[in-house]
Amino acid sequence: MKSIVMSRVRNLGILLVFIVLVIVFSVLTPQFLEPGNVFNIARQITTLGICAVGFSFVLITGGIDLSVGYQISLNVVVTGMLMATFGVPWYLACLIALALGTLIGVVNGLIITYTGVAPLIVTLSMMMVLNGLSYLISKGLPIFGFPKEFSMLGQGAVFGIVPVSLLFLIVIWAIGLFILNKTYIGRYFYAIGNNVEAARLSGVNTRLTLILVYALCGFFTSIGAILLLSRLNSAQSATGAGFEFSVLTACVLGGISVMGGRGSLFGAFIGVLIVGVLDNGLVLMNVSAYVQLVIKGAILLTAVIYDATSKRTRGRAKQIGGVALKTPTGATV
Amino acid sequence: MSATAQDHRNQDTRPGISVQLDGITKQYPGVTALKGVSLDVRAGEVHAIVGENGAGKSTLIKVLAGAVEPTSGTITVDGVTQSQLTPASAQDLGIAVIYQEFTLVPTLNAAENVFLGHYIRRGAVLDRKRMYAEAQRLFARLGVDLDPRVLVQDLTTGFQQIVEIAKALSRNARLLIMDEPSAPLTNTEVDAMYRVVDALKAEGMTIIYISHRMEEIFRLSDRVTTLRDGQHIATENTLDTSRGQLIRLMVGRELTEGYPTRDLTPGEVSLRVQGLTGNGVSDISFEARRGEILGFAGLIGAGRTELMQLLFGAERIEAGEVSLHGRSVISRSPIQAIGNRIALVPEDRKRHGLVLEFSIQQNITLPLLRLLSSSTVLRRRKERDLAAEYMRDLRIKAPSASEIVGNLSGGNQQKVVLAKWLATQPEVLIFDEPTRGIDVGARAEIYQIMNRLAAEGKTILMISSDMEELIGMADRIVVLREGVQQGVLTKNDITQEAVMALAAQGELA
Repeated sequence: MKSIVMSRVRNLGILLVFIVLVIVFSVLTPQFLEPGNVFNIARQITTLGICAVGFSFVLITGGIDLSVGYQISLNVVVTGMLMATFGVPWYLACLIALALGTLIGVVNGLIITYTGVAPLIVTLSMMMVLNGLSYLISKGLPIFGFPKEFSMLGQGAVFGIVPVSLLFLIVIWAIGLFILNKTYIGRYFYAIGNNVEAARLSGVNTRLTLILVYALCGFFTSIGAILLLSRLNSAQSATGAGFEFSVLTACVLGGISVMGGRGSLFGAFIGVLIVGVLDNGLVLMNVSAYVQLVIKGAILLTAVIYDATSKRTRGRAKQIGGVALKTPTGATV
Repeated sequence: MSATAQDHRNQDTRPGISVQLDGITKQYPGVTALKGVSLDVRAGEVHAIVGENGAGKSTLIKVLAGAVEPTSGTITVDGVTQSQLTPASAQDLGIAVIYQEFTLVPTLNAAENVFLGHYIRRGAVLDRKRMYAEAQRLFARLGVDLDPRVLVQDLTTGFQQIVEIAKALSRNARLLIMDEPSAPLTNTEVDAMYRVVDALKAEGMTIIYISHRMEEIFRLSDRVTTLRDGQHIATENTLDTSRGQLIRLMVGRELTEGYPTRDLTPGEVSLRVQGLTGNGVSDISFEARRGEILGFAGLIGAGRTELMQLLFGAERIEAGEVSLHGRSVISRSPIQAIGNRIALVPEDRKRHGLVLEFSIQQNITLPLLRLLSSSTVLRRRKERDLAAEYMRDLRIKAPSASEIVGNLSGGNQQKVVLAKWLATQPEVLIFDEPTRGIDVGARAEIYQIMNRLAAEGKTILMISSDMEELIGMADRIVVLREGVQQGVLTKNDITQEAVMALAAQGELA
């Protein structure tokens, strides 16, 4: 299958970028490859990696969810407050967080499928709503004082070395891979991203599938939010701001097309590693936060340009190859 | 003010140019699209080029338009050898292509489209008055009365094509290459297009006319060239050849253009439609039998496709009753329609029929994925077996079931759509323009498949704008006009005239 071969080649290319990045950082900063730092990176990428699963699903169906950053913000504040202010048991607070994340996703999905407004606009508006709600609830103040058990999720380690959050990441990735590659629902995601009308006319329940995809995105994001809160041990409304762009960068770097229908979770995973390593390495090198922003923005820009142009080249290659078929119905201007 | 606009005011009619191709070869990595094609097109003639999909017609057009540089061979225009033809130099020579996909801007008016890129100006200001006058003159040259102020999006396809041709004329075209110009047109529009070609021919314009349709070739062309597999097969005087001869040359083997005969043994009534209304059609009633092919005729916009969308649950039914073997089968979604054993092979297979980026297997199994899964997990083996079975059954030509559908020929793509629907075990199959854009060989196969399905007792509803095809295939024909049923013709009453009389009341005049 040509497309799979192509995506393998792409994955190899991006893997190479990752390896080069690791080599560069380990040469520039000696502490980069120390085991402590490696597990530190693993902890840091947990939330990014878990969110990237749901975000990849959304991108594959041809959509986008810009609200993930403030979903984290609201989730962190609500969960923190439940535990610290209202004394709700930590596991119950976590369940409520999962329900809240899923609910936000369902609302996104319902609006997108029933009104036909572009996902970009719907989730951008949702992002502002969530941002406002988060500050209303927290009143802009940090929340802290969580049970010890809760802190174990993000800070604990199995056998004193392997972070618990890393195990969460691995399990979620396995679930994501399973949904996307082993179930018919994953196939539906690709079908919708490539040609939603053909999918609908082939008996795919496109509406339900799209609502599900945003719900899954919200669900996974809330897991990411819980782990992040546990690691930081303090809930603030500013947590998660701008996170949507890190996730987007990771996914697009990993070859998930913003046009929908293309990409694999393996690719996205490498994208997450690159973003994680970059974040960590730049901090170790004492690069200023503003310079970091510029670098990350430039990387996102490069990735989307590459995505857009490679698609165009593909189209052109098809035409030149002479296999492109004429559409006699192409009369519509 | 524009120099070109000046030119054609002074010199409205210029003789056409002659073009000679010598040993044109075009190689792409892995594919040879043209193999040493030599062709001579005389000034002022209508030269038809025929060939199946993949015969090299498109590449030949691109070479002439300067869009593609041949690997070897020479092009001579009016006796002057052109060492390197570019899109710009081809345009300067007066070579213009009317593609099937128009290059018009829908939100601009006719005149603005005609002069797009070389507007008639006074300084920086558009000289609308002169532009409208010039556009009107160009339309008049084509024998068409068209208001240059009308927005292109409000024009019918036929008139849009006229604008496209006028655009070429405004740039002093002396060789017009028309790529299957009749494909998007209705029958009445096709007649109007013939008259335009006649008018251009009378002026002395050289025309290269690409087409699948025999009728037009014999109606319009002086000579006809056949291409096959990138090679020049023959160039003949149209008067000295015949349909059978051309088809034999195109296909390279004996093939009758006719429609396979079928024993007329209609079974009991299966599908009953009563007063169906919605989606732009109203009060449609008909019955269809097992083993019957029921045709649907009408002009573009008559509501045929819209009617089928209702039956398939793709659009909402407002009123009426549909039953299959006495059981109500009102479908509110394609999912329900599939459950009701109704399948729709859509008109636009690339937009509605296929996921082009998916493999053959993934396309075939798409409607059945849920059934091929146990608790949402896909059973790969079942999926593979099912796809393989239908691929074999319909003789889909591809290296394997994992071939990407976008890379297949039109005929094979259509067979994939068919395979997908046959796999759902339908009782009623709706075919909307089943042979559009498909070459002669694959077309005959599609007909055979349809007849086989009828013989198996399926009920087939068939829409076609190709009147010969519809009459050749259908047992009875329902005629629609503007969303309203005009009548049902039975086998003995079906003639082209009878169908047209019902389909185009008031429009023929």
